[in-house]
Amino acid sequence: MHKFIPNTKEDKNKMLEAIGVESIEELFTEIPEEFRLGRDLDLPEQMAEMELRKHMRDLGKKNQSTDDLTCFLGAGAYDHYIPSVVKNLASRSEFYTAYTPYQPEISQGTLRVIFEYQTMIAELTGLYASNASLYDGQTAVVEGAIMAVAKMRKRETVLVSASVHPETRKVLKTYLEHQDIKVIEVGLDNGVTDINDLKGKMSKDVATVIVQSPNFFGIIEDIEPLAEVAHEQKSIFMQSVDPMSLGILKSPGEMGVDIAVGDAQCFGNGLNFGGPYLGFIATTDKLFRKLPGRIVGETTDEEGKRAYVLTLQAREQHIRRERATSNICSNQALNALMATIYLSTVGKQGLKEIALQCINKTNYAIEKITALEGYELLFDQPVFKEFAIKGTSDVQKIKDKLLEEGILGGYSLGTEYDTFKNSALYAVTEKRTKEEIDKLAEVLEVI
Amino acid sequence: MKVKKGLYYSEDHEWVKVEEGVATIGITDFAQHSMGEIVYVELPMEEDELEAGDVFGVLESVKAASDSFTPVSGEVVAVNEALEDEPELINESPYDAWILKIMMSNESEIKDLMSPEEYEEFCNKED
Repeated sequence: MHKFIPNTKEDKNKMLEAIGVESIEELFTEIPEEFRLGRDLDLPEQMAEMELRKHMRDLGKKNQSTDDLTCFLGAGAYDHYIPSVVKNLASRSEFYTAYTPYQPEISQGTLRVIFEYQTMIAELTGLYASNASLYDGQTAVVEGAIMAVAKMRKRETVLVSASVHPETRKVLKTYLEHQDIKVIEVGLDNGVTDINDLKGKMSKDVATVIVQSPNFFGIIEDIEPLAEVAHEQKSIFMQSVDPMSLGILKSPGEMGVDIAVGDAQCFGNGLNFGGPYLGFIATTDKLFRKLPGRIVGETTDEEGKRAYVLTLQAREQHIRRERATSNICSNQALNALMATIYLSTVGKQGLKEIALQCINKTNYAIEKITALEGYELLFDQPVFKEFAIKGTSDVQKIKDKLLEEGILGGYSLGTEYDTFKNSALYAVTEKRTKEEIDKLAEVLEVI
Repeated sequence: MKVKKGLYYSEDHEWVKVEEGVATIGITDFAQHSMGEIVYVELPMEEDELEAGDVFGVLESVKAASDSFTPVSGEVVAVNEALEDEPELINESPYDAWILKIMMSNESEIKDLMSPEEYEEFCNKED
């Protein structure tokens, strides 16, 4: 197979002749010399199809998936069990080839799925309405913040807790620094949002306060008092939430949260090498007209039959032009479909069971690990499916040793928090068995 | 098209009624007619400080969503919450369905607004 563009020398000469240039280099004379590479790209020789297939297969074998390793790694991406029915149904071509459903006449199936997804997200979060989904948990936080600023108009400060995923905070800052919106962090107190620091930073200029619970350290935060502090200044209160935890924990809506966001990768979506994931956003009846992106609504057709259409499009950029508060014109339909199939499969009871198993197995792992010499909890707080352990040796050394034993584990907290050296996060989903947790403890013991 | 006496009018098709330093603001019959059926009114919040020309809310009709601008500066002292559930009140009776009340910080801004006669002429030109 030819590398890159399969043109022969004769092809090239013919083309050059047709446009009246001597050489290909001549086409690039507009680019200053100093910016040009001055040589060919350093690429290997081309391969025949048969060789290439073997080469790709060999490369593929270097990948190690969570089928090969036991995964205790989390930090935003989680190894939950995916029932076979999810991929089986989602890979029907009616679903995976469907583009954004502009035409309700021919897209009732896709629209119906999105409507069901929205209903499930709204019910889970205890809020009035959800949109058709967003790219991922990070951009969902950003969209929520932009929505709050649009609602509050004259307020230009966003407060975000340091217990929100570090990558989420980075994405938030990247988006907002170009919109003249100030992002200020609220400090930590024993692994959770410092409510006194929050009180000190509140003002009439704060459009929204963003917290995460379960937070980046896996800790379940006391949401209600934080929401009260925000509401005293009429600010919008946002919670980024692991939706799996809502099988057992109080919903954002019940706790006074105005906008709930998060990543629903945990619902039937694989780790996917880091993406695509599934962002969700849900909000109250006061705010839903500010929701970004697509929303599907239920209506009746001219024969009085139930039908689905894209709705509330007056918010979107093709209507509002430069005044649109969001420029998301798509959604993660296929990922949302998988989440919908997942939730319909496990059901209310199943979701509760999975959430309970996460809590129980996580607490078993904490018990086992903290019983070992040299390991202790970084924070003594209630957790959901993840926890931070402080050790005595270098986290990278621990990770290498674990990998030798077929265990993927330990997100190093030192990378993002200077104060938490020699500390690592471990995630325990319902997939982990007692034997796997015992083995993790055994390996940790001898390091 | 109905233009009511005793009110001031802006080029953005708002009417303003002034009583003891408080400006009550709504949209005119001309405006509601050109927008068509109004389906949503986004209200400002009480205590918001606005400058003349600032966006105070959004009116959404079956045809379009448009920003609404305040013709006078000051603090929002009241909003008509009835419009949240019944935005059609604006279509039915635009001069009764006020949107917000502003405690004016600069009463001389009223001078920049039009009289009913001037506004009628302004609309005739827009037609």
